[in-house]
Amino acid sequence: MFEAVAFYLFAFLTISMFYVAVTTSQALYALSSLAAGMIFISAFFFILGADFLGAVQIVVYSGAVMALYAFGMMFFDTTRDVKEKQGNKAIILGLSVISALLIVVIVAAPIVGSNIEALYPVTEGAGNTQEVGMILFTKYLVPFEVAAVMLLVAMIAGIVLAGKKMDLSLTLMNEQEILRMREEDKNKKVLS
Amino acid sequence: MMEIGLNHYLVLSTILFAIGLVGVMRRKNLLMLFFATEILLNSVNISFAAISHYYGDLTGQMFAFFVIAIAASEVAVGLGLLIVWHKKHNNIDLDSMSTMRG
Repeated sequence: MFEAVAFYLFAFLTISMFYVAVTTSQALYALSSLAAGMIFISAFFFILGADFLGAVQIVVYSGAVMALYAFGMMFFDTTRDVKEKQGNKAIILGLSVISALLIVVIVAAPIVGSNIEALYPVTEGAGNTQEVGMILFTKYLVPFEVAAVMLLVAMIAGIVLAGKKMDLSLTLMNEQEILRMREEDKNKKVLS
Repeated sequence: MMEIGLNHYLVLSTILFAIGLVGVMRRKNLLMLFFATEILLNSVNISFAAISHYYGDLTGQMFAFFVIAIAASEVAVGLGLLIVWHKKHNNIDLDSMSTMRG
């Protein structure tokens, strides 16, 4: 009973939040409704008994990813309305619903057809976090390390791409230096 | 109706995936396109966690963790590229990228 009420409540909330995130023309509305949807999704993880996954969802998505988007939006002009593609909306909607249904059918058909057995069954008497640790650091140790290297590469790439000229601080320079730097930028743009 | 099974979660995941696909198709702004991609990844995570719960297997949760790691690194690299593009062309619309001339 409690599970059903929680499921339907959070399903409604998640769907409406993501609908707003997809359809709104204001970038800030999209950002905040997306963050709300992420937090509501972690409720499903808690209902399903995946406590650690729910905590990671809140920390990573609504903490790190949303903060990154918020910082990124400071660079862009977010006050003007977002332009949309002009296409036939009925065709787009139909295509996406059909493709999503097809994906579910393709994935669910073998599961329904055969009895699958748990490869790494749930350990009795251990909490979810403990189980995750036991599986992650034995069977999935190599993918875990590869994921760590991938995150390092992504971090360095992000710093290199976005951090150009961040070694200069406008507050520490005097007026003439700033003017000279702007002149050099103008000359570079003319040349290129 | 009151008993929540695996199919409930799969249907919810399908609906969220469809919303994300609609977003990918109709958005022109690249930042909004990234938001739609996040929705896609999250809907897949829900179905991974649900299958993991109903089959008593932890593999689904492991895959969800790796999906989250991939999403985080995608955002880092993608936003870096977007900032570079915005500095150069002063907009982040998809139309301005239709040609591959630098």
